[in-house]
Amino acid sequence: MAAVSPSVFLLLVNGQIESANLPEFDDLYCKYCFVYGHDWSPVSGLEEGISQITSKSRVTQQDLVWNFPIDITFKSTNPFGWPQVVVSVYGPDVFGNDVVRGYGAVHIPITPGRHKRTIPLFVPESTSRLQKFTSWFLGRRPEFTDPKVVAQGEGREVTRVRSQGFLTLSFNIVTKDLKKLGYDMTSEVLSVPEATYRP
Amino acid sequence: NFFAFSFFPEHLDMHETDEEQSYGPDDEQEQKEKEEEKEKKEAGQEMEDPSLLKLEDEPLFIMDKVAPDLLEVKPAEFHDYQKRCEKEKSLLFTPSSVRVPVSLKVPENLQPRYLEEEGLYVGERPDVSLTNQNILENRLLHQEEGMKWFGDDGQVIALPNPIREYSTRLPFLSPLEHIDPTAKSKPTRYYTPGMADPHGDTQLDIDISGLMFTHHSLFSREHVLAVRLLQLYDHFLVRKQKNLVSQLRDKLHAIRTAVRNISELHNSSSLPPTIQHRVDEYKAEIRYTRKLLDSELEKDRTLLKSMIRVWKNIKALRDLQKFTNTPLKLLLRREEVDKMKEEQMYESEIQAEASEVLEDYEEEYQKNLADFKAKHAEWKAWKKKQKSRKKTKQEQGEEGKEQEEEHDQEQGINLERPKRPEPVDQNTVVQQIRKRVYGIRKKPGEPLLIPELTSVGTITGTELCPRSEVLRREDMLKRSFFIKIIFNNKVVSQTTSHSLNYDFRVHFGQIFNLKIYNQPESLKFQVFETMRLFPQMLAEVFIPIPETTLTTSSAPFEDYEFSSYQRVLFDHGGVGSDVPFSFEADGSNKVILLTSGKVSCSVTWAVGETSGAMNPQQSTGVQSTLKKHDIISSVRVSALRDMQMLSKWALESRLDPNDPNNTKLLQLLKFATTGEVQISNFFRLEELQEEFKFLKDNEFQKSKRFKLLELRNREVAEFRNYKKIPIMEREIPDKLLQEYEDRLKEIVVIDAKTQLDVRRTLASNYLQKVRETVMTRFLIAKHHHNLWDLVVEEEIPSLTLLGIRFFTLLEPKRPLKPTRKERKKVTAQNLSDGDIKILVNVVRAYDIPIRRPIVSVFIYKIIEIFYCKDLCLIFLKLLLLVFFFYFVKVLVRPFVEVTFQHAVKNTSAAEGPNPNWNEELELPFRAPRGNYSTSSLRSVKDNLFVNVFDELVFDVLEDDRERGTGIHTRTERHWLGSVRIPFTTIYFQSQIDGTFKIDCPPVLLGYVKYYGIGNDGGYDAVRNLSNGSYITIFITVEPQLAIAEAVREKVSFPFHSDEDEKLLQAAEKFHKRAFLKFPTRRCLTTVSDIHGKTVFISRYIRPLDPPAELLETSLNNPQATAELVAYFVSLIPSLPDSVSFAGICDLWCTCDQFLHLLAGDEEEHAVLLCNYFLAMGKNAWLIIGNAIPEGPTVYVLTYEQNKFIIWNPSRGQFYSQYETFCPLQSVGCLVNADNVWFNIQQYDSPMRMNFDISKSKFWKPFFTKSGSHTNLCSIQPEELIYYPTDKAAVAELQDRIEKLLKERITEWRPRHPTRWNRYCSSSLRQFLPMLEMSRGRDVGDEHRLELQNLLGDYRICGFPMHMPFSDIEPIIEAVYSTGVHKNDIFNLEFALAVYICPYPNNVLSVWVYVASLVSKKYLQSHMSESSY
Repeated sequence: MAAVSPSVFLLLVNGQIESANLPEFDDLYCKYCFVYGHDWSPVSGLEEGISQITSKSRVTQQDLVWNFPIDITFKSTNPFGWPQVVVSVYGPDVFGNDVVRGYGAVHIPITPGRHKRTIPLFVPESTSRLQKFTSWFLGRRPEFTDPKVVAQGEGREVTRVRSQGFLTLSFNIVTKDLKKLGYDMTSEVLSVPEATYRP
Repeated sequence: NFFAFSFFPEHLDMHETDEEQSYGPDDEQEQKEKEEEKEKKEAGQEMEDPSLLKLEDEPLFIMDKVAPDLLEVKPAEFHDYQKRCEKEKSLLFTPSSVRVPVSLKVPENLQPRYLEEEGLYVGERPDVSLTNQNILENRLLHQEEGMKWFGDDGQVIALPNPIREYSTRLPFLSPLEHIDPTAKSKPTRYYTPGMADPHGDTQLDIDISGLMFTHHSLFSREHVLAVRLLQLYDHFLVRKQKNLVSQLRDKLHAIRTAVRNISELHNSSSLPPTIQHRVDEYKAEIRYTRKLLDSELEKDRTLLKSMIRVWKNIKALRDLQKFTNTPLKLLLRREEVDKMKEEQMYESEIQAEASEVLEDYEEEYQKNLADFKAKHAEWKAWKKKQKSRKKTKQEQGEEGKEQEEEHDQEQGINLERPKRPEPVDQNTVVQQIRKRVYGIRKKPGEPLLIPELTSVGTITGTELCPRSEVLRREDMLKRSFFIKIIFNNKVVSQTTSHSLNYDFRVHFGQIFNLKIYNQPESLKFQVFETMRLFPQMLAEVFIPIPETTLTTSSAPFEDYEFSSYQRVLFDHGGVGSDVPFSFEADGSNKVILLTSGKVSCSVTWAVGETSGAMNPQQSTGVQSTLKKHDIISSVRVSALRDMQMLSKWALESRLDPNDPNNTKLLQLLKFATTGEVQISNFFRLEELQEEFKFLKDNEFQKSKRFKLLELRNREVAEFRNYKKIPIMEREIPDKLLQEYEDRLKEIVVIDAKTQLDVRRTLASNYLQKVRETVMTRFLIAKHHHNLWDLVVEEEIPSLTLLGIRFFTLLEPKRPLKPTRKERKKVTAQNLSDGDIKILVNVVRAYDIPIRRPIVSVFIYKIIEIFYCKDLCLIFLKLLLLVFFFYFVKVLVRPFVEVTFQHAVKNTSAAEGPNPNWNEELELPFRAPRGNYSTSSLRSVKDNLFVNVFDELVFDVLEDDRERGTGIHTRTERHWLGSVRIPFTTIYFQSQIDGTFKIDCPPVLLGYVKYYGIGNDGGYDAVRNLSNGSYITIFITVEPQLAIAEAVREKVSFPFHSDEDEKLLQAAEKFHKRAFLKFPTRRCLTTVSDIHGKTVFISRYIRPLDPPAELLETSLNNPQATAELVAYFVSLIPSLPDSVSFAGICDLWCTCDQFLHLLAGDEEEHAVLLCNYFLAMGKNAWLIIGNAIPEGPTVYVLTYEQNKFIIWNPSRGQFYSQYETFCPLQSVGCLVNADNVWFNIQQYDSPMRMNFDISKSKFWKPFFTKSGSHTNLCSIQPEELIYYPTDKAAVAELQDRIEKLLKERITEWRPRHPTRWNRYCSSSLRQFLPMLEMSRGRDVGDEHRLELQNLLGDYRICGFPMHMPFSDIEPIIEAVYSTGVHKNDIFNLEFALAVYICPYPNNVLSVWVYVASLVSKKYLQSHMSESSY
C-alpha cells in the first residue's frame, strides 16, 4: 500500500470550540458546520453539531466556555475549497426568544500542529430602524438564510452586519499524504529563526 | 622584532634592518657581538694563561705590582655639545613635516598622473592626518629607493580604506528589551507621522518674534513715506557699519605707499621685469579702487540727499493733512571739522590723483608714440619700395601692369601717414579731476551731516483726525494676524492671533518646539490676515532648514520677506495694495505698492537638557550620510525593485561608477533606462514570476485534470457540481471529457435507424441547446444576489397581522375543530439522505373495475341477445349486479402499490369496487447526488406512481386433509390502473390532497366496470361519475421543504424584453394589484418565450388551423371534431418545463416551435388547442389556474351550446363547468387574443364561478379601453405547416417496438419460459385500430366477447395501453410498471400487440396491448380460486 502513490490526501481535524467573548449576552449555545469544496468529503466524524447551553461564570463575568469538541476527518483530491468551519451562536433575547448572536467562519489551519484561532462574530443588521424595532420586539431578528453564507464571498455585498464579539477555537491538525502529492505545508523556513534567536 | 616583522611589508623590513644596522646594532646583533667578545675574552684568558702560571710561582696577590698592567685609569670622555650635535646629525634623521613638493615624488621629467581623472577607479584612501603623511613622505624620500613607494600620482601607494562607515550588523534586540516596563509616555507636542527615528529626539525650535509690514493696504500716505525713510535709514546704518569709504581710502593709501616704496627702492631707474609687472598691477589696482571710492562717496551723498528729501516730504504731508501718523523724526547732526586739515587732505588727494592720472596718460602717450614711430618707419619703407617698384614696372612693360596696380592699390590704402600723438596737458587733467570730485565729495570745511532717525514724535489722537483717517484706524483695529507653520507640507501649528500695532508690526513672540521624526524637507509659514471672521492667506514664506550647527543658544533673528499680490482698495485713508496712487497734487508720478513685509524669526535646532544639541547631527545627519552609502537604509527593501527609486538614489549618492562594488547596480540601472534586455546574474523578484507558473501553458492545455477543473469552474452542465476531481491525471477516465467534447462538436450519436428518429433526436438536441442557453443565463442571474437571498428578515407586520397575532393568543389551546397548521419549513442544506420522506395517505377509491367471473359466460350470452334493445338495458344491468352480489362473493380485492425511486410500498387489500384503505405509506426520498439544494430538488425528474392492483388469491393446497393445519395459497396481481404524480408537483405544492382519476386502460380483460355500460358520451352531466375510477389520496413531503422563489422574472429577472416599457410597467402594476387582493390566484400577463424574453401573454393567441384531415373525419359532428382535435393535441408528448429548466421559469413556445419540438408543457398544449378552437370558430380562452395534480397549469375554456366547457389540453379530456371531478380547482385569469381578465369574484372554483367576462363585477380586464391593445401583434405564425407522416417508417417503428417489448418481457422473466400466443396476439392486433378509432371508449364489451369466442379455453388477463410517442424507453417503462410479467404460473402464455397510428407532423399514437393467457384446463386441474 505504501508503495502505491496515494490518490487522496487526508486532513484530520480535532479541536474544540473553546469559548466566546460576547460581553452583552448570556446563556448561549453554538452550532458548527463545515463548508468545503467539491473535491472534499468528510470521511468520519460529525459534520455538524450543536453545543450545550452555557452560562457565564458568576465569579468572573467574562467568557462563555463551551469546550465543545470537533472531530472530523476529510478526504480530498484538491486543496481548493479547503474546509472552513462555520460557527453560529444562538441564545435567548429579553423575551426569551431564541435569536442568533453571531456568525463566524474560519479556515481550518493548513499546517499540521496545534492552532488557536479567534474569530470575530457578527450578525446581519435590519434594513431599517422600524424593522429593527419590530424584530427586537417580536424576537425575529434577521438571520442568514444559511449560516454557510459567511464562509463564501458571493453575494455578501448586499448584506450589512454588526460585530458582536469573539469566539476562540483550537485545532489540532494532522495531514496525510499531502506532501506526497506535492503540497508542502510545513513551515520549515519559519521555524529556523526561532532557533537562532534563542540566547 | 617579531612584531615589526608582522607589521611591515617584507622589503620595508629589510630596509629597516639595514637602517638599524647602520644606525645602531639591534638586539640580536648585540648579542652576537657579546658572544664574540666573550670568546675573545676566553681566548685571551687562554693566551694569558702562561703568564698567569708564571705568576703562580710568585706570591699571588702583590697588588702594587700588578695594578698598572691590569687597570687603566682614564678621565671620563666628554664630547662637547656642538660635537655631539654634529655626530647626532650624522646619525639621526628627523623627518620634517613640511609638505613634499609633487615633483620630488614622481620620477623626473614626468607629470603626475591622476588615475581618477582618467576614469579608473581609485578607492577611498584611509584617513591619515596631513602632518603624518608629510612626515612619512619625507622619510620615504630620504631612503635610497624611496621613489618606489610613490605611485604615478605622487601619492603614497595605499589600499582602499577597509573600514566601513556604518555598522553592518543589526543591533541586537532581545525579545524583552523593546518593552520597557518603566517607560512613561513622553509628551509629543507636534508629531508628524512617519518612520520612527530610533536614534533619539530631534527638535526644531521655531521662534517667531513678529511680523513687520513694509507695505500694507492700510498704510496711509505718511506711512508709505515713513517706511521709505526707514528703509533709507536702515540702508544708511548698514553702510555706516560697513564703512566702505574709509576702508577704500586706507587701501588706496596703502597701495600708493607700496608703489612709492618700490620706486624709491629702485631709484626709479630701470626696474627688473618682475617688479615692473608688479608695479603695473598696483597701478591698475589703484585705478580700480579709486573708481570704487568715488562711487561709494557718491552713494553716500545721494543717500543722504534722498533721506532729507523724503523727510521733507513727510513734513510737508503732515502739514497738509494736519495730523501725524508716524512718530518718526529725522535729525541731522552737524559735526564741525578742521577746515585746514581737510583742505590739505583734499588738496593732496587731488594732487595724488592728478599725478597718477598724468602718469597714466604719460604712459599711454609713450606707448602711442612708440607705436607711431614703428608705424612711421614702416610707412617710410613702403614709400621707398613704391618708388623702386614704379621703376621696375616701367621696365617690365605692359604685361604685368594690371596685377601690380591692384597690388599697389591694396598697399596704398593701408599705409597712410600715421599721426603723431599729442602730449597731455597737466592743467587740463587737474581741472577735470577737480570738476569730478566737486560733484561727489564733500567740500573741505563743510560740516559733516549725520542723520539720526528717532521715533519720539507724537501721533495725533484719533479724535483730531479727519474722517477718512479715523476710518482707516478703525479698520486697522479690526485686523488680526497669525502664522501657520507648515513642516514637510503638513500643518504643524499656528500662532495665536494678534492685532496690528499702529506701526504695522505684529508681535507674536512664540516659540514652537517641533519634534521631528522625518527628514526635514521644507518649512514654510503662511501669513494669515483675519478681517471680520474669515482668515485669508496673505502670503507664504519659505524658511530654509537651518544648518545642523545652528542651535538655539546661538541663534540670531532673521527677517524673511514676503509679499502678496492681493489687490485691495479702500475709500478711506488707506492707500490700498496693488493700487496706483500719487503723492503729487496733480496725480502724476504714480506708484503701485504691493503688500509686503518681513517675518522675523529664528529657526534652530533645540538644545536638549542632557544630550546637548537636539539637531539631526546624531540622527538625521548620520542618516543622511548613511543614505548616501547604504541603499537599504535610504530606499528601503521594498523599493529595491523600483527602478526609478534606485536610479534616483544612485544619482543622489553620487555612486562611483568605477567602484567594482557598484557595477551590477549600475549595469542594471543602465539597462533599465535604455530598455535593453538584461542578462543578469543577480536576484530579482520579478524573475520569479515565471517560476510561479508551475506549468507551461501548453501543458496546462493538455492536462485533463486542469481542464476538468476549469470546466467545473465555468459551470458547464456536465461538470457542474462534479465531485472529487481526481488528483492524478491517470485516474480521470478519457470518456468523461470525450463526451463533452463530442457534444461541443455536435457529433450527435444517432442510434436511430429511421428517418423518424432522426427528426426526433434533432428536435431533442435543439431543445437541449435552448435549455442550455437559458440555463447559462439563469446561472448568471443566480450570481446576482439580493438581500433576501442571504438574510431572512421578517416583514414589518401590518395592523391586521398584528391583530391576528393577538387573536391567536386568545385562541383555545385544543380547538374542537383543529385546522391543518403549516409545518415548519426546513432549509434544504441541512438535509442528507434518509431525512426526507414522502408520505402517501391512500384514503379510498371509487368505481374500481370488478372481476368478471368465468362461470357467468352464459349470462353474458343472454345479455348479448338483448343488447341492442335500449329499453331493457338498465334492467339488465341491475340484474347483473344482483347476480354478482349474490352469486359471486368477491367482486374485486384491490390494493394500492406506491412506487417511487424504486421503492415500493403496498397497502393491504381491501374488498369491493369502492375500497377504503386509509393507510399511510412512507417512501424515502433521495436527492440526486445527495444535493439537497433547492435548485437540485427542483430538477428531480422522478415520478410517484400510484398503481391499483387486484389481488387474486389461489388456493394451491394439494391435499384437502392439510387444510386444517396449513395454508398454501398463491397470489396473483392484476393491474387495474395507475396515477402518476411527478415529484416536482409534490415539492412545489408541498401537499397534494384530492381525488384523482385513475388512468385505467380502456379495456381490462377479465374485468368489468361497475357502471361502465351506459356511457354514450356527450356534454351531459349524467356521465360524470361513470367515466372512470377515482382514488382519493393525500401526498406530502416530510419534513416540509422550503421552496426558494421559483420565479423571479418580474422583479429581478435579467431577461430582457422587446415589449414596450409602458406595457411592462402596466403588467407589473396589474399583477401587483391582483396579488394584493387575491394572493392565491394566479395572474399571468407576461411570460418568457423560448429565448427568455418577456412577452405579453395575449400575443400567443391567434386562430390557427388544425390539420385538415382531422377536420374532414367527421364533418357533421362538430363535437366529435373538437374532441379529435383535443385528442391530437394531447398526443404531443408532455414534458414539464419545470423539469427541463430546473425551476427557472415557464418558457412558452409558439405553436410552430411546439410542433417542431414535439414536446411541451401544459401551456403549449393549451395554447395550441385554444388556437385550433378559435380557428374552428369557437369562443375559446386560456384558463390560468391551478389543477390537481399538475399544480399551476393552463386549461382551455370554450363556450358552446350555452355551456362552458373546460378542456384539459394535455389529456384531451373535457369537463363541463359543473363537473365534480374536474381536475381544475381554481381559476386565476382568462386570456384571449385581445385581453386578459383577472378573476375578482368571491370564489375561484369553476363550479361556483361566472365565466361571463363582460361583467366587470366579476372580471377585471387588463386593457380597459377598447382598442388600446390593437398594436399587439401575435408572435404566432400565420399558419402552421403540416406534413404527412411517413407510413412506412411508422410501420417499421411499430415492428421494432413490438420486437423490443417481447425481448424485454422475456428478460424480465429470467426463471420462467416465456411463451407467446400468436393467435391471441394477431387478434389483439386487429382490435387495436378499433380502439384508436373510438379513442379507447365503449368498445370493451364487444371486444371482450369477441376474444372470448376466439379463445374460449383461456382465461385472459390483459389490457391495452395508450400513450403518445416520445421515445421507446417510456413505453417499456410503462409496460414494466404494470407488472404483467410478474406472473409465475407455469403454463402461462403471453400475447402482445403494438399499433401506431400516425397523425400529421409525426404525432404518433401508440397502443400496446399486453395480455397473459392461462389455459382453463390447467387452472382447473391445479388450483381453485379461493373464495374469501
